[in-house]
Amino acid sequence: MDTSIYWPTFLFWFFAAVCCMFAIGVVLATNIVRMAFYLVLSLAASSGLFFLAGADFVGAMQLMIYVGGTLVLLIFGVMLTSQAKFVSMKTSQFDWTLATLAGFCLLAVLISAALAIPEWKGLERAEAEALGIPQTATPLGMGLLGARVDAPTRSGYLLVFEIVSVHLLVVLVGAAYLARAKRKRSAAVG
Amino acid sequence: MITLPLANFLAQPVGVSQFVIVGAIMFTCGAVCMATKRNALGILMGIELVLNGANVNFIAFGSPYLRNDAGSLGMDGQLMSLFVIVLAAAEAAVALAIALNFYNNFNSIDVDRANQLQG
Amino acid sequence: MGCGRQGFVRPSEAPRNAHVVAKYINQFTEQLLQALGMSVDPNSFAVSILGHVIAAMIHIFLLLNLVAVGALVFIWLERKISGRIQDRLGPTRVGGKFGWLQTLADGLKLITKEDLMPEGADPLLFRIAPYVSFCASLAAFIALPFAGQDMPFVAQHLNVGVFFILAVLGLEVFGVILAGYSSASKWALFGAMREAAQVVSYEVPLGLCAVVPVLLAGSMDLIFIGDCQTGWFTNWYVFHDPFTFIVFWIYFTCATASVNRAPFDLAEAESELVAGFHTEYSGLRWSFFFMAEYGSMLLVALLASILFLGGWNGPIPVARLIGLEEGGWLYATMWPGWGTYLACLLGAVNVIAKGCLGIIIMIWIRWTLPRLRIDQVMTTCLKYCVPIAATMFLGATTWQFVIPGRAFFGFLPASQTAFEVKENWSDLLALPRQATSSPEDAPTHDPTPNPQPPPAAETGPKQTHRPENSPQPLTRK
Repeated sequence: MDTSIYWPTFLFWFFAAVCCMFAIGVVLATNIVRMAFYLVLSLAASSGLFFLAGADFVGAMQLMIYVGGTLVLLIFGVMLTSQAKFVSMKTSQFDWTLATLAGFCLLAVLISAALAIPEWKGLERAEAEALGIPQTATPLGMGLLGARVDAPTRSGYLLVFEIVSVHLLVVLVGAAYLARAKRKRSAAVG
Repeated sequence: MITLPLANFLAQPVGVSQFVIVGAIMFTCGAVCMATKRNALGILMGIELVLNGANVNFIAFGSPYLRNDAGSLGMDGQLMSLFVIVLAAAEAAVALAIALNFYNNFNSIDVDRANQLQG
Repeated sequence: MGCGRQGFVRPSEAPRNAHVVAKYINQFTEQLLQALGMSVDPNSFAVSILGHVIAAMIHIFLLLNLVAVGALVFIWLERKISGRIQDRLGPTRVGGKFGWLQTLADGLKLITKEDLMPEGADPLLFRIAPYVSFCASLAAFIALPFAGQDMPFVAQHLNVGVFFILAVLGLEVFGVILAGYSSASKWALFGAMREAAQVVSYEVPLGLCAVVPVLLAGSMDLIFIGDCQTGWFTNWYVFHDPFTFIVFWIYFTCATASVNRAPFDLAEAESELVAGFHTEYSGLRWSFFFMAEYGSMLLVALLASILFLGGWNGPIPVARLIGLEEGGWLYATMWPGWGTYLACLLGAVNVIAKGCLGIIIMIWIRWTLPRLRIDQVMTTCLKYCVPIAATMFLGATTWQFVIPGRAFFGFLPASQTAFEVKENWSDLLALPRQATSSPEDAPTHDPTPNPQPPPAAETGPKQTHRPENSPQPLTRK
């Protein structure tokens, strides 16, 4: 049996550790800007996980759209709304206990489900090394246009693509309208 | 040479279950974040974590490198992930616009202040 | 007319550079240890780490050297060129008559400066911000090829190279925002906000412009795009049609704005914001920001050279003319493989020379044009760059649809070798499928790769590996 190191596994554990650690950091941090930074690192590490699973197009898209777009937007929002006294707001101990308990129960259920399916155990090393380098960009593009390359008798994702595009347009207009500059109201209401 | 106890552990490819566990941890962190943060943007970050955990799951279920499905290209999982990413970006934009409006009206980003409809 | 190539290495079979280097290192280590009397199993866990780690370190070392030495040279070049434009000499003392070691002296000075941090600053974020910027700038070089065809000089041969590089370029803005926020200074925060808004806005037309060569080549793989431009300068994409020609200049403008160079550099404008987001940074931390900036400049210039200016294929195909290709006379006099290596080396020199040309133009523009205000910057992006880029994209698509397979504004037929480059993602579909998949999925596609189109009678040769919009089986003929 081949006992030399299999680098995708090592890299998987590295990226998974970074991802989970910084996700837990997001939960535990109190300073909102640090939370945003930890979230950036967590999502960037999960992009690494996507690359390891053979989805390099989605990994690059995660970096560009999620990390480079959504999180920049989030950080702008953080800076526009975080005056000094709002940067750290504490939650009560009771809420924390309840949430952590529920979280652990959920995690236990999910992990036991993940480990219970034998088909998910992973390939043998020889089979995994026989697979080639992923080249999914052109098939993905064709799939979005309705032509599926790997299963030519099934339909592609054209309708979903159109729906999501129109959805994005609507959201663009809506968010621009919602966030337009208005006359500022004076004191806090209520 | 020294045989490390990690040798077998790091010599075999990972499977879908390891990816699903990572996705589960991210999902749980996101859910706890949504439940405990008072800052509206903290809640939004929880939502991003939840969607990302789901994305990891989708990619893992579709990937031919993790399952024993050499001939497929993993397209279904990847395309679903793509749409989730796009929709998450759209939803983050709207949520941020709402949070900004809330801040402008109440002069505070604390969601506990949003109690005008309280009975 | 073809140059006698046997056909390009399919990407799915290409030896991945790091694995090949690692294998040689492992073999070398085994022989060395055997000569010393110890016998070691190269397959064991502990030894197998060594080869790959050293191979990875070699790759990182080469890229880091490129960025660092590049920054050194370009800072010196900028001072010389700015001096000449302003009718003075620039540095002339350190290292001889031309002062080419001036940057080294500056670096030494920066290292000896006091490491300050403002009082209200967030310590973690303040310290980490320059490294975030620098890492984003360096990470994009992973997917950038310096030579192609049979022996690609690339750290990681990604199928989505263009997309990956644009994505990682967009991450540099985090370093800027963190620096601006954590400096606990009004000017730094304003500078950071403006710069972030500018970079993020200019990513849109940058992406639109970068997509035009992708659509002309049919792939996002940078090595593929470079290989489709083999031959004379008439095959370059910048001369492919008038729309792509205009797109190149828009790309250059957006790239200049994206890396915050003048005339778009109000984030660093001394007259307005003290020094913008890096006001509170001094010494080595500040120099990391500058290495990141010059690294990004080099990156976008190299990307422009590969996407539009032919990459490693020069205006004149020197390697072919001096017989250095397979079947050439000079190739036959060397050991096997060395001819290809030297041809690729010439290509790499070509790419870097074109990148340097791009940077010289950026430096020239900086010291010639006045700075734009923030509203003028955003106007240029939203009212000029985006509509022009979108229209040119439409025009390039229409041109490619109506007159496919031509080069140099439609006057010349496309180069023969451009047709021989194949992406071959259909190879992966020929592998055995899972037994539980539905029976109609498996046998409907032909496992042979796309047949090479006959050169003379084709009207749309690049379209054979993209079926029309109906879900038919992949094979034609």
